[in-house]
Amino acid sequence: MIIRTRGLRRVFRSRRSTVEAVAGVDLDVGAGQIFGFLGPNGAGKTTTLRMLSTLLPPTGGEASVAGHDLRREPDRVRQRIGYVSQEGGSYDDVTGRRELVLQGRLYGMSRARAEQRAAELLESLELAEFADRRTKTYSGGQRRRLDIGIGLMHLPDLLFLDEPTTGLDPQSRARMWEEVRRLRDQGTSVFLTTHYLEEADALCDRLAIIDHGRIVAEGTPEELKREVAGDVVVVGTTGTTAAAREVLDAREFVRELTEEDGVLRLYVDRGETAMPQILRLLDGAGIALSTLSLHRPTLDDVFLRKTGRSLRETAA
Amino acid sequence: MKLLRDTWLMFQRYLWIFLSNPAWVIIGVIQPVLYLLLFAPLLKSLVHVPGFPPGGAYNVFVPGLLIQLGLFGAAGVGFGLIAELRAGVIERFRVTPCSRFALLLGRALRDILTLLIQSVILLVLSIPFGLQASIGAVVIMLALVALIGLGISALCYAAALWLKDENSYAPLVFTLSLPILLLSGVLLPLQLAPGWLQAIGDANPLLYAVNASRVVFTGHGSGADVAKGLAIMAALAVVGVAIGARRFARAIA
Ligand SMILES: Nc1ncnc2c1ncn2[C@@H]1O[C@H](COP(=O)(O)OP(=O)(O)OP(=O)(O)O)[C@@H](O)[C@H]1O
Ligand SMILES: [Mg+2]
Repeated sequence: MIIRTRGLRRVFRSRRSTVEAVAGVDLDVGAGQIFGFLGPNGAGKTTTLRMLSTLLPPTGGEASVAGHDLRREPDRVRQRIGYVSQEGGSYDDVTGRRELVLQGRLYGMSRARAEQRAAELLESLELAEFADRRTKTYSGGQRRRLDIGIGLMHLPDLLFLDEPTTGLDPQSRARMWEEVRRLRDQGTSVFLTTHYLEEADALCDRLAIIDHGRIVAEGTPEELKREVAGDVVVVGTTGTTAAAREVLDAREFVRELTEEDGVLRLYVDRGETAMPQILRLLDGAGIALSTLSLHRPTLDDVFLRKTGRSLRETAA
Repeated sequence: MKLLRDTWLMFQRYLWIFLSNPAWVIIGVIQPVLYLLLFAPLLKSLVHVPGFPPGGAYNVFVPGLLIQLGLFGAAGVGFGLIAELRAGVIERFRVTPCSRFALLLGRALRDILTLLIQSVILLVLSIPFGLQASIGAVVIMLALVALIGLGISALCYAAALWLKDENSYAPLVFTLSLPILLLSGVLLPLQLAPGWLQAIGDANPLLYAVNASRVVFTGHGSGADVAKGLAIMAALAVVGVAIGARRFARAIA
């Protein structure tokens, strides 16, 4: 396990309020994978990451990161991890190359070694062209790649990425995914946070869903979705949904029925057998359909099931 | 060893940031020139004001200007730190094994270096106006400026880490630095002040630096005042660095 936590907690106290940002988190993250931390704004993702990367002392609980105890050996942990914060970490007035070289030097590299490693990274992150320009002249995607390069300078075993793709256009996001996968394939474990469902689904080998400081679900994206239900059938009617609801609710093949944006979502075991039954039932009741479609459940369905809210709404 | 190495790395970073910005370098050079050109014409007639210390107008005033330069120069250092804090740079450094002490010292040494260069410019420019200074006086003066720079900039870094925001940092340092300046006797001799104000002034560490610098530049006064000024500024530096280093080591929650 590259990360193991038990009962990890963090409480922020101020004069006016007490916020339990992380309320007892147990995590087991295996080495060599991309582990995702999915949750809405304020769920406690950054706070957890900051604790695991030695920036913030936990209020309670224990953790070992990259083989070392977080409380007793923070220096050892620091040597083995890289951390790229939500804000980034590079400074406007400094060139990309200088930021990289300094980072390497802070981990004890000689100047020559740091310069060589910086050149390697600039090449592989396709930043060589801008290496000697100040970072304020970089595009969002270039800046983000540099920040990740900074986190990789000392060849860490484990890289923490806090929302690596927030604010990137779809093209840059796809590139970032490629980059993260390449890292994993080279043997670096990656722990990243995101509030994008698609990202958690497509990029992560395993993920944990966090809400209000608690893990509400954990597993591979496939496992999580399978746990919700086999399939989701979306039913739209020409009139109000009330009549359709009445007909479909409490049928034994419908595990759960929710309504969102004026359409019904039916969680069923097998979509292929459920669809004909639904058609027959609605037809029999004289209800006209506007849409009928079959979906694999998304991680949003998982979130909805576990928390009663949609991640799309809470993240907006 | 590691502390020295990390301090050197940080010092280089901040020196490069300063030198690579021509605007800052130009402002840094012009500042002492302006101080001198705008104050000098006022000095001629001021010498005759009752209570004005003996020793020649420039020899009385230039030490005060240097201390003012040190105070105001060091008060502004927090802005750069707040910008870095916002960009996540400080967190990035805190995740590395870099010495926490070096995070403070490296920046503060850069601040001291720029202050010393400005001081030398001001001193050299004052010579044609009639400043007379021995090597010993200049060395003690620069030592005082360096200690003030270290102590005040470390305290300002602590304030910046605490407030994390220019909009509260700026009013704090400007509100504090004005009374500190007035009560140090740099601009007007505190002998002119009523008793209660003098009593407050006595609690101001910078007053002792001003006294010490005037002793060495005018030759009037005792060597004990010089030692006292240096000792109090050294104490200010130690306290400032201790507070600043604690702030850098603490989680920036
Ligand atoms: N330094 C702090 N002081 C007080 N409260 C804090 C502090 N940092 C975080 N919090 C609170 O802790 C909770 C969790 O915050 P955190 O930054 O971990 O969320 P997040 O999941 O990273 O959210 P986002 O997606 O917006 O980045 C929030 O309610 C936040 O207001
Ligand atoms: Mg966050």
